[in-house]
Amino acid sequence: MPAVISMRNLSKVYDLGETQVHALRSVNLTIEAGEYVAIMGPSGSGKSTLMNIIGCLDKPTSGEYCLLDRRVDSMSRNELADIRSEVLGFIFQGFNLLSRTSTLENVELPAQYLRKKKLANPRGRALDALKKVGLAERLHHVPSQLSGGQQQRVAIARALVNQPAVLLADEPTGNLDSATSIEIMDIFKQLNDQGITVVMVTHEPDIAAYSKRILVVRDGCIIKDEAVRK
Amino acid sequence: MISNLLSTAFRNIMRNRMRTLLTMLGIIIGVAAVIIMVGIGKGAEADINSRIKSLGTNVLMIHAAAMSSKGVHQGADSRNSLKITDLDVLRKEAPRLIAVSGMVRSSSLVVANNKNWSTSVQGVNPDYQTIKDWKVQSGTFFSDRDVRTARKVVVLGKTVAKEIFGDEDPVGKKIRVGKIPCQVIGIMAEKGQSGMGDDQDDVVLAPLLTVYYRFSGENHLGQILASTATMEEMDSAETEVTRALRKAHRLAASEDDDFDIRSQSEIMQTATSMSKTLTLLLSAIAAVSLLVGGIGIMNIMLVSVTERTREIGIRMAIGARGFDILVQFLLEAVVLCSLGGAIGVGIAAATCKAVTKWVGMATVLDGTTIAMAFAFSAVVGVFFGFYPARKASQLNPIEALRYE
Repeated sequence: MPAVISMRNLSKVYDLGETQVHALRSVNLTIEAGEYVAIMGPSGSGKSTLMNIIGCLDKPTSGEYCLLDRRVDSMSRNELADIRSEVLGFIFQGFNLLSRTSTLENVELPAQYLRKKKLANPRGRALDALKKVGLAERLHHVPSQLSGGQQQRVAIARALVNQPAVLLADEPTGNLDSATSIEIMDIFKQLNDQGITVVMVTHEPDIAAYSKRILVVRDGCIIKDEAVRK
Repeated sequence: MISNLLSTAFRNIMRNRMRTLLTMLGIIIGVAAVIIMVGIGKGAEADINSRIKSLGTNVLMIHAAAMSSKGVHQGADSRNSLKITDLDVLRKEAPRLIAVSGMVRSSSLVVANNKNWSTSVQGVNPDYQTIKDWKVQSGTFFSDRDVRTARKVVVLGKTVAKEIFGDEDPVGKKIRVGKIPCQVIGIMAEKGQSGMGDDQDDVVLAPLLTVYYRFSGENHLGQILASTATMEEMDSAETEVTRALRKAHRLAASEDDDFDIRSQSEIMQTATSMSKTLTLLLSAIAAVSLLVGGIGIMNIMLVSVTERTREIGIRMAIGARGFDILVQFLLEAVVLCSLGGAIGVGIAAATCKAVTKWVGMATVLDGTTIAMAFAFSAVVGVFFGFYPARKASQLNPIEALRYE
């Protein structure tokens, strides 16, 4: 299996003037295509920083980061934006949908920022993506008219519309009740079965158990990396 | 793509209608003020021009020059340098003049029909009709022969005819001018107000010599009026008049002219340049209000960027470049301003119509002014929208996403 994400000696240091915070210390990590990885760890462990760097929202201080064989660590702001648009799909704890914007328009939004390969039929793609997450109706409702679970489905559909290689989820069930959380995890599993690589941050062990591989981060280092036994 | 961006911008603007309206108000007032001020200024200019043109642009007015004694000027017409004989001199020696008329004025009370009216009696030559481009409405004008014989006939201006005779036809009637009984032989067509606003129809015209000998008791002419066939001949005609009159008045080369030649076009230029200055001043004041409106736009856009920090973060996370965010916010500012500009143009057009209708002031609404004011409002949008938009585009996506 080819590596989708490969990190070598990756460090991130936040310079707060008087003190320096080492959020990540020489992390080495390889994630292959089709994996389903959960990143766990207490708050302040560096898992969010790791997620931001994987998601090309932040740059490492030192080390190498290759995403689909492209060196990402030295890219400019615009190049990173293009990578996010073409390769990655984001799902957040707080859903982060545009308020007062309909379901359909929210899902279509990423297509607007796609530069290299324009989507032929963004509306059709958006409808397909919504079908995949089981939300074919309520297309013209705005987020405030939807339940949390429904909002997260819209967010997943939005992440899928540009057909990303990697789906990144930051505490995707943090704002949901357990029944809805299971529904969302089912969707993740289906997507992973279709070949999409999924990387998810969570602090709930039962949610992490849905993945195939669990990484535990503490004090900026990966202290545990093991496959989930089913 | 563009339509997509535009509709997004439109929707974002419409999200907060009250705020949008208040923000736009600055631009609306600014654009409307510019167009209305320029419209009124240009209207006044056109009005002055047409009034002065109606007096005749190819008319020369020759006055006696102001007398100066010991360096103190005594004012126009203070010298009695224009003589009746000057008329013949000009007719002979200034061939570019197609019409020459003397003018003597006297204020008199005209009485007939048990009514009286105080008016200005003007003694002129028949050429006066040509110079003023003024036709007789009914009856006839007096002839050169009437002038030579100082016949006691008069032609009434419309106002005088109305005041004395009402609806009656005055032609052929007797009328007393001062103490002298005269016969009315004609009525002039209506001429309306002059450029200076006085009633040109409130006048009694009589043969030059009749007034000269019988009413005014003066031995000089108040002024000489003359006209050329075209406006282009005015300058050379002026030279001819100067040469002829200097010769007739026997002025030595060292002496100044004892007369003064003015033309309507000079008066027109002065009046026009005055109203142009006024227009400029008014539009400058209006432009300041447009500027203030622009600053209002910038203020609101800055607030909007802060309010929508999270939205900017989301857009960046799903692949928007800084440039995309810049375009989005810039477009919003431009749409806001253009919308305000369009409303401003509408209000200005309505106001100009209303001013013309209710106040009676002429206004000129031309395409260039409207296009310029509108384009200017869009430029204001770009100018004042750029800073907030750039600020938005430079946000860090992680911090923007975390913003509450």
